[in-house]
Amino acid sequence: MIKVDVQCKSFGETPVLGKVSLTIEKGETVAILGPSGIGKSTLLRIIAGIDDDYHGTVVRPDNMAIVFQEPTLLPWRSVIQNLTLLHPDLSKSNATEMLERVGIADKSGLFPGQLSLGQQRRLALARAFAGAPDFLVMDEPFVSLDAGTATAMLELTETLIADCKPATLFVTHSQAEATRLATRIHTLSGSPATLDLITQKGT
Amino acid sequence: MSDSPQTLTGRGVVPAISLLGFLALWVISAALTADPQILPSPFALITPFLEELRTGTLPFHLGQTLIRVIWAFGLAMGLGLALGLIMGRSQSVNRWLDPWLVVFLNLPALVLIVLCYLWIGLNETAAIVAVTLNKIPNVTTVIREGARALNPNLDAMAKVYRMPRFASFRHVILPQLAPFIAAAARSGLAVIWKIVLVVEFLGRSNGVGFQIHLYFQLFDVGMVLIYALSFIAVMLAVEWLFIQPWEWRVRRWRMS
Repeated sequence: MIKVDVQCKSFGETPVLGKVSLTIEKGETVAILGPSGIGKSTLLRIIAGIDDDYHGTVVRPDNMAIVFQEPTLLPWRSVIQNLTLLHPDLSKSNATEMLERVGIADKSGLFPGQLSLGQQRRLALARAFAGAPDFLVMDEPFVSLDAGTATAMLELTETLIADCKPATLFVTHSQAEATRLATRIHTLSGSPATLDLITQKGT
Repeated sequence: MSDSPQTLTGRGVVPAISLLGFLALWVISAALTADPQILPSPFALITPFLEELRTGTLPFHLGQTLIRVIWAFGLAMGLGLALGLIMGRSQSVNRWLDPWLVVFLNLPALVLIVLCYLWIGLNETAAIVAVTLNKIPNVTTVIREGARALNPNLDAMAKVYRMPRFASFRHVILPQLAPFIAAAARSGLAVIWKIVLVVEFLGRSNGVGFQIHLYFQLFDVGMVLIYALSFIAVMLAVEWLFIQPWEWRVRRWRMS
């Protein structure tokens, strides 16, 4: 369903990524593990279609969603508009229902700046799943959260993925997160970085 | 910076006292000059002002100037916004157009006005083109700064979610540019009406600038002041009735 075939990627003269091949089927959750600065986010930006400056090809569906390290909301639009503006086909009641599922339905009229950081991240998750994406990309979605919030977010994400069953790709530097969420784990290492498969859960 | 109740009341009171002080200075200067030909007292202007208002001369010329200001303002803001956005987002376009910008920024208003009249003719088009060209470089410079400060993550987000071009312009780009647009509009309006007066002074047969030219030749300081102050009042009304409410609306999310 998603077919990644990157030959190489450089910033200026410095090669960052080497040959990276990866396929993700619907319903699979793939984690890419690796230390900071190895090029995880670079690879993710290529796969998500944000960065077009690389050698290779990526086949991806149209209906995609992304969760960044930061909530990356539209602070000048209300909570519910942050869903409806991004998903024009989403009805108001469906948007409210989505907010309910992440536990912030009572905040729908507020501006994102009036929410706590944890609530903003919930909104970012709601936004990702509101469009029932075929392909979900997450960039260190649980980083810089306190342990309690991180666990709650992890559980919520797990439930939403189980309901919506998109092909999911996420990068993280936490082995625990990867083991918990992923059906398949790859590591990114070396310079220029390449992918290795480390574990595959039995289906 | 602090928003204590004292400074809040001070916001209304201090400007009022300051303006009254200005009026007092005028009254005293007029008394000391003792020559209404050179500096009439503010009270001596009330009767001729009402007379101009009654005959409709003042509203007519104010209206003519206002129409030119609106045209030039709209064109300069629209074109400046587009240019600034393109130059701020594209390094290569910026490299090509930046020298032009520097040339136009440093071209005296008077030169542009005279050239427009010479090339286009003594008509309305020339007048509005001259004012617009004078203002575009400033708007472009301010908006370009805003475009350079746009959040790349929001761009990436809009791209992945396939936000339609117009929607992303309206809901992602414009709100980020709003403070820069407000700054450009505010300084723009003030500069534009001053240039419009020069344009009218040099080559139009109506408008506040034309009237000031007329009374300059008649050496009528009183009428010059009446026309100038009336238009300042109009511009203050525009600021309070349109710009400030709009600014408040787009800044609401920051204050809550």
